[in-house]
Amino acid sequence: MNRITDHPILGPLEEAEMVDIIVDGQVMQARKGEMIAAALMANGKNTFRKTVKREEPRGIYCGIGRCTDCVMTVNGIPNVRTCVTEVEEGMVIQTQIGSGEWQ
Amino acid sequence: MSEVREKESRLKVDGAVSLIELHETVEYILPDEHYDHPVAVIECIEGIPCNPCETACPVGAIVVGDDITTLPVIDPTICTGCGLCVAACPGLAIYLKQQHHSDGLSYIAFPYEYLPLPEKGQAVTMVDRRGQHVCSGTVVRVIKTKRFDRTAIVHATYDSAFYEDVVNMVRL
Amino acid sequence: MKRLKRDIVVIGSGPAGLCAAIEAARSGAAVLLVDENAKIGGQLFKQIHKFFGSADHRAGVRGIDIGEQLLRQAEELAVEVWLNCEACGIFDEKTVWMVRDKEHSVAVEAQRIIIATGAVENSINFPGWTLPGVMGAGAAQTMINIHRVLPGHRVLMVGSGNVGVIVSYQLLQAGATVAAIVEAAPNLGGYGVHTAKVRRAGVPFYTSHTVKEARGNGHVERAVLVKLDSQWNQVPGSEFEVEVDTICIATGLTPAVELAFGSGCRPFNSPPLGGLVPVHDRMMKSSIDSIYIAGDVSGVEEASTAMEEGRIAGLSAAHSLGTITDQMFAERLEQLQHNVDALRSGMFGQKRREAKDAIVRSYGVER
Ligand SMILES: Cc1cc2nc3c(=O)[nH]c(=O)nc-3n(C[C@H](O)[C@H](O)[C@H](O)COP(=O)(O)OP(=O)(O)OC[C@H]3O[C@@H](n4cnc5c(N)ncnc54)[C@H](O)[C@@H]3O)c2cc1C
Ligand code: FES
Repeated sequence: MNRITDHPILGPLEEAEMVDIIVDGQVMQARKGEMIAAALMANGKNTFRKTVKREEPRGIYCGIGRCTDCVMTVNGIPNVRTCVTEVEEGMVIQTQIGSGEWQ
Repeated sequence: MSEVREKESRLKVDGAVSLIELHETVEYILPDEHYDHPVAVIECIEGIPCNPCETACPVGAIVVGDDITTLPVIDPTICTGCGLCVAACPGLAIYLKQQHHSDGLSYIAFPYEYLPLPEKGQAVTMVDRRGQHVCSGTVVRVIKTKRFDRTAIVHATYDSAFYEDVVNMVRL
Repeated sequence: MKRLKRDIVVIGSGPAGLCAAIEAARSGAAVLLVDENAKIGGQLFKQIHKFFGSADHRAGVRGIDIGEQLLRQAEELAVEVWLNCEACGIFDEKTVWMVRDKEHSVAVEAQRIIIATGAVENSINFPGWTLPGVMGAGAAQTMINIHRVLPGHRVLMVGSGNVGVIVSYQLLQAGATVAAIVEAAPNLGGYGVHTAKVRRAGVPFYTSHTVKEARGNGHVERAVLVKLDSQWNQVPGSEFEVEVDTICIATGLTPAVELAFGSGCRPFNSPPLGGLVPVHDRMMKSSIDSIYIAGDVSGVEEASTAMEEGRIAGLSAAHSLGTITDQMFAERLEQLQHNVDALRSGMFGQKRREAKDAIVRSYGVER
């Protein structure tokens, strides 16, 4: 786990309700209300999509919704910026290839 | 004066000031062996617009003045060693020091914003401005009060042969 | 499409926009503050360090705590806040077209608009720069201080300006190791007190160096560093590897000017402040009478200057609507300009002050 459970300035990480998300068919635990990208990185997943031609992996770049490097297919909708989209119970998240497809 | 500093500045190449650079700075005042308690030492040498050290000092020992880019100057003969400026300095550029605290040992109190915090009595490794290990030290106390706003102040003793070199400790 | 009317619309709720909204509301205007983010505050709530300045600037207080105080003030003054609301365009110098919750289009006719859209991080490219694990320093800061997730365990920081060294220090505080900070220039850019903090924590600096390549199988595993000569050319044979799983890029910010220029604000090129910015006067008015700007979008500086500029913009916009007397305006403006000038003094502030003065001069000449 890559969660920062205690911090000298911000204090201990507050308890949060956990939700299940399904990432490429695998169930992961996320903190309710956190961004998808944070949940994935907390679970050690850093590749969010692959480029269309050479299938090169991509992860987050700006983390604030500006660069679209982090887009994935979420509940069947492609090109969702995961760094600014909150997780929801049962959300289905898929690594996106190229510009993705509506499902 | 700032031109001289820019020319030969270890600070701008290495990230830390060299002792030569510090000694050229008249505002850097290291208390000598005559002090019977720790007093504040300020390593603020660039003139950034900032004066919380002056505001924090309850006895008026630190002067910045109306132009807040002026380097702070401390009068160590007035300083009581309360440590309020150590916690108030946004640059974490102030610590307390006493050369002869007890036989062969110097005393330092420095800001520390990492976890875990050391404990009283713990043996730690003291570092210089470049993070190099200098000698061992013993933590005397760790103060974390509301007034210090989440900046802990660690008090420690160490071999006075390294009086001037030591500025902090290795992260635990 | 829904059409609404407001005295003042502030776009962007970072330190600049928040302070603009508060000052305008305090001056008697009805203010709507919008931000495309789900959370208010822009970059402010990731700044967990104590700020410089004097008591007038709330110096010595951490950015996050200043943010909380501002939120309370905005609430007390009944500033209307719309989050998840992206401003997409400004028409007729008055009407802000926005999309709320990614679904509803809304047009708000404002007598005055304050643009405080901040800045975006620059990127640099080198072989391997698209590997997962290469990210903006601000992204790492957001991950650790907002989301409380470590983006990596061993980090290379590229760029030694204040953002690079501050984020390095915050990565250490979050429990990561910073393997090195590289800087292409022969001298470090950030404040000495910031570099000293990470140096004494054992982080080495490499000036006249850059990252040549990121290597790794599907993720960053190593970075290749290379020395630069005085002409900024790579010195062959000087390469060496550092083992890292994350490379953070902190090579400056560029003002987020699309909205301002799209609405017709006249640009001015200010390389020291990040490139093209909307030209503005000392009251933060743009070349369009109804549009004011503040914060990084008007030239990249720091959160503390962004707050003062925001207050000036809010005050001026409200005054132009006649909500306060000329005397109240003059007195408050003098105080705020004194505050911002104080932040633009000293060996670092001087250059920013000169760059700002050049913008203001250009406003006077060409208008
Ligand atoms: C990622 C990052 C980290 C930084 N960290 C530091 C630091 O640690 N210390 C420091 O001194 N400086 C830092 N800075 C520099 C920065 O200059 C200031 O700290 C400060 O945040 C600037 O304030 P602002 O209000 O101008 O912009 P911001 O704080 O960036 O706020 C702009 C806001 O506008 C919103 N917005 C943009 N476009 C639209 C639109 N079209 N519609 C609606 N809303 C919009 C954004 O979502 C954002 O919330 C950082 C900058 C960035 C980008
Ligand atoms: S990482 Fe840039 S949009 Fe998400």
